[in-house]
Amino acid sequence: MEAIEYTTPKTIAEAVQAMASAGDRARALAGGTDLLVQLRGGRRSADLVVDVKDIPELNEVSYNPQSGLTIGAAAPCYQIYANADVAANYPGLVDSASLIGSIQIQGRASLGGNLCNSAPSADAIPPMIAMGGVANIAGPNGTRQVAVEDFCTGPGRNVLESGELLVSINIPAPAPNSGANYLRFIPRNEMDIAVAGVGSAVVLDSSGQNFVSARIALASVAPTPVFAREAGDSLAGKAVSDESIEEAARLAMEAAVPITDMRGTVRQRIHLVGVLTRRTLNNAIRRARGEE
Amino acid sequence: MTSNIVLSEVEYNVVGKRHVRPDGVDKVTGRAQYGADVQLAGLLQAKVLRSPHAHARIKSLDTSAAERHPGVYAVVTAADLPFASLTREELGGDYQRLKFASNHVLATDKTLFKGHPVAAVAADSLHVAEEALNLIKVEYEVLPPAMTVKQAMKPNASLLHDDLFTSELGEMSDKPSNVASHMAFEAGDVEQGFQQADVVLEREYETASVHQGYIEPHNSTAFWNADGQLNIWCSTQGPFVVRTNVADILRHPVSKVKVTPMEIGGGFGGKITAYLEPIAALLSRKSGRPVKLLMTRTEVFEASGPAPGTWMKVKLGASRDGRITAADIFLAFEAGAYPGSPVMQGAACALACYDVPNARINGYDVVVNKPKTAAYRAPGSPQAAFAVESVIDEICEQLNVDPLEFRLRNASREGVRRVEGPVFRRIGLVECLEAARNHDHYSAPLEGPYRGRGVAAGFWFNRGFQSAVNISVNPDGTVNLIEGSVDIGGSRASIAQQAAETLGIAYEDVKPTVVDTDSIGYTMVTGGSRTTFATGWAAIEAAEDVKTQMVERAAQIWDASVDDVEYVDGVLSHKSDPELRMTFRELARQLLGTGGGITGASNVDPAGEGNGFGVHVVDVEVDPDTGKVTILRYTAVQDAGKAIHPSYVEGQMQGGVVQGIGWALNEEYFFSDQGQMMNSSFLDYRMPTALDLPMIDTVIVEVANPGHPYGVRGVGEVPIVPPLPAIASAISHAIGARINRLPANPGAVLEAMS
Ligand SMILES: Cc1cc2nc3c(=O)[nH]c(=O)nc-3n(C[C@H](O)[C@H](O)[C@H](O)COP(=O)(O)OP(=O)(O)OC[C@H]3O[C@@H](n4cnc5c(N)ncnc54)[C@H](O)[C@@H]3O)c2cc1C
Repeated sequence: MEAIEYTTPKTIAEAVQAMASAGDRARALAGGTDLLVQLRGGRRSADLVVDVKDIPELNEVSYNPQSGLTIGAAAPCYQIYANADVAANYPGLVDSASLIGSIQIQGRASLGGNLCNSAPSADAIPPMIAMGGVANIAGPNGTRQVAVEDFCTGPGRNVLESGELLVSINIPAPAPNSGANYLRFIPRNEMDIAVAGVGSAVVLDSSGQNFVSARIALASVAPTPVFAREAGDSLAGKAVSDESIEEAARLAMEAAVPITDMRGTVRQRIHLVGVLTRRTLNNAIRRARGEE
Repeated sequence: MTSNIVLSEVEYNVVGKRHVRPDGVDKVTGRAQYGADVQLAGLLQAKVLRSPHAHARIKSLDTSAAERHPGVYAVVTAADLPFASLTREELGGDYQRLKFASNHVLATDKTLFKGHPVAAVAADSLHVAEEALNLIKVEYEVLPPAMTVKQAMKPNASLLHDDLFTSELGEMSDKPSNVASHMAFEAGDVEQGFQQADVVLEREYETASVHQGYIEPHNSTAFWNADGQLNIWCSTQGPFVVRTNVADILRHPVSKVKVTPMEIGGGFGGKITAYLEPIAALLSRKSGRPVKLLMTRTEVFEASGPAPGTWMKVKLGASRDGRITAADIFLAFEAGAYPGSPVMQGAACALACYDVPNARINGYDVVVNKPKTAAYRAPGSPQAAFAVESVIDEICEQLNVDPLEFRLRNASREGVRRVEGPVFRRIGLVECLEAARNHDHYSAPLEGPYRGRGVAAGFWFNRGFQSAVNISVNPDGTVNLIEGSVDIGGSRASIAQQAAETLGIAYEDVKPTVVDTDSIGYTMVTGGSRTTFATGWAAIEAAEDVKTQMVERAAQIWDASVDDVEYVDGVLSHKSDPELRMTFRELARQLLGTGGGITGASNVDPAGEGNGFGVHVVDVEVDPDTGKVTILRYTAVQDAGKAIHPSYVEGQMQGGVVQGIGWALNEEYFFSDQGQMMNSSFLDYRMPTALDLPMIDTVIVEVANPGHPYGVRGVGEVPIVPPLPAIASAISHAIGARINRLPANPGAVLEAMS
């Protein structure tokens, strides 16, 4: 690890200015649970670290029944799952926030950091995609919005340009009769990287027997998190049944393009996408029906 | 639910009680000094340059830029080792041994595993040392690696050493080979034995390379003084072994090497070999400053000593009434880059649980392009048990015999001769099998789909070897106990207990201290399940020496003959004059005025080690969709001979099971096609976490070892032996398909099911 500059801006404008001053050699620091590990391990290098935890907008967690949930990019996991509005309205997000790392990691790790680190295995990204999340970005040229499913462009790469900062993530208010769930498969019970992960969000009709719409996203089965659009769309208008869920699982498996490595094989990962799609859809349906 | 049962036969005053450990306060307050805590004036930090290739020829090595780098004090390579300037003639029969030992520390012409040290730098700071490593230029010619015994044994395999010949049942082969040796044991008439069998099964097994995974990485600090005195502070199970290794590799007199063992954060057999010490010593000699060298976790995985991956074949015959009639076993173990896998131990353990009249075991020690293997808890036995116990489990299924009943019918007991020769003295396998059968776990129903129960037995020799203890009496009636055994599993307490019991004084009155190699007589490693047995024995003898001298002093004070003085339960008394009576404490107070202090000393090499056996029962559940195995319940039964400190025996049993569960389910070195380890971190080398484990119930059986005053056997190694086969069998019963390769990770279980 080499010597680096460190700064703690108090406003978005200051942060953007700092980021822009060092261009590609600047890194934002939220919880640091990815960044510090990577800097120490020599997998990333930086000249300037911009700690964004002192900026009010990046720490906000607020819910509004009209505009939905705003999660500041640096808000740590524990503040997300401990928030009563989040717990009541976004259990699918709590699934992720409460399984990242461990209690200690959750005290620091942010969903913004999870998104900006852009790992194919990131656990918070699939549920954010499934729930229709939007990233709010600030940069030298002002602000812009990018759907979470369009955010990651490759392993560790994303749409952020030099000098840009993720400010927050917005998740729409949940529709009536909706539910979401995220599950990952790991060989152990904690402290592991997903062999495969699936986030599903469903909207049912008032009878709870038919899908109005659904969105499904996958982790660890491609160079980026995968939005399995066809898999979710296949459910729209269909009755809730083993057959419709099976068809969605089949389409999700088709959307997976994994590799074989020390964490799993292609065959195993595609198989797991099927298993987890079925399980998350069923859990999301239960939540949509108010059964849990 | 039951847990932690102790089935005691004999009760003592101090022995067998759960006393507070003397090192506890320092450890829980963080004051205990580990190797990384060593601080000396002028200390330099060092870093090792390691081979990025599993197999390569070093075409050129240029350290000049690193040497010129500001802040660098010394750079060393293999050219700095004495071996570089010794001739084959000078070394004679010692040549190859020293060559391997030296090259293992720093590579000369070839690197034989990824992580093999090539050079090292000592500098002002770690960062400067790291920068300097980047300035060292090495040109490699990359060679194809041989990564498994199957690859390495092929006739056209890539050769690691062009001067390694097979020691073929004592004869030397005429062509160089990756097979370092072939050994064999045979007893009875194997062919005839198979003819007598009603069922004969032959199966093939494989296990992966695994690591001990001790929490504290290797470390070493060395200071080579101008007068040639070399002081070393390190984390080791065996300071005297480090002293011997360093003296050997550096061709330096043993008397000029002092090794101070720091507190140790786990070893399990992996902290015996000197990896860093010779390098730190050379850097210190060159720089004239003390030098500290620490491994990262990745270096620990890539360049210390894992346990071997194996390829095994077992053919077993049994009669309809459940008696084993014959066995034919093939074991090929990875040695790593240099010869020396524990295949011999594996072969000797393979059938030790059973009275097998006709048996043949062939063992092969095979070099591969992986780090040189080291001991890991009962080295060789877990792998061999996986193979043999798995076949037995299948035979029990075929014969429809209860697996514990089958084992009882064939169990080794006193008088049975092992395949490799020795005859068992009193052992406790039958008692363990009976205790397992009587345990409520074994009779508890296991209902539900994809659930299975497995049982297995396991063996380890347990060792004796040399230990020394000094005990001196303090004026307040306490004693200082000086020992050379590094305390890994609570041995300060269990050694002190044996001294207190022998002296008839309170446990709290014995103050144990572990010292350096200048301050106590030769003491073998804390390993081999020997410490409580052998160092305990030394403590008993030193205590007896103290007693003798105390009796002499009392006789002198009372003007009596020593024959008239009795020493019972810490009280000295005149046999015929009841007025003349002193407690240990009362006499201690008078020592300095009556002829000086008293120190008892002993050096022992006890031969009466008691063989150890364990029997485990495990219930698992398999998720049929994902292949993931959950351990529902685990019970470990073991003969401890006498549990000096039952909590620490239970700790050993539970710890061994935990490591066995990791080995069985997920742990594995994962290599790229070019032989690079891909998962050299605890994130991807998947040892179990607390959330992956159930409470592990223990039953301590006590069948006293007749070869020790308090009946002690060793306990540290046996408990890692049965988990591999017990878990593999449990999974097999849960899914209806055999598991013949470990680890049985979720992917492998899914494959087995499909
Ligand atoms: C022990 C351990 C266990 C873990 N377990 C899991 C797990 O189970 N699942 C999982 O998904 N991850 C896991 N991780 C990875 C990590 O904890 C998560 O990705 C976490 O969400 C990262 O958040 P952070 O706030 O710590 O990010 P940081 O490390 O601070 O930042 C991550 C990356 O995002 C960039 N960044 C951060 N904030 C911004 C911003 N506002 N604008 C622009 N760029 C930004 C940083 O420059 C950096 O490149 C684990 C890590 C550790 C150390």
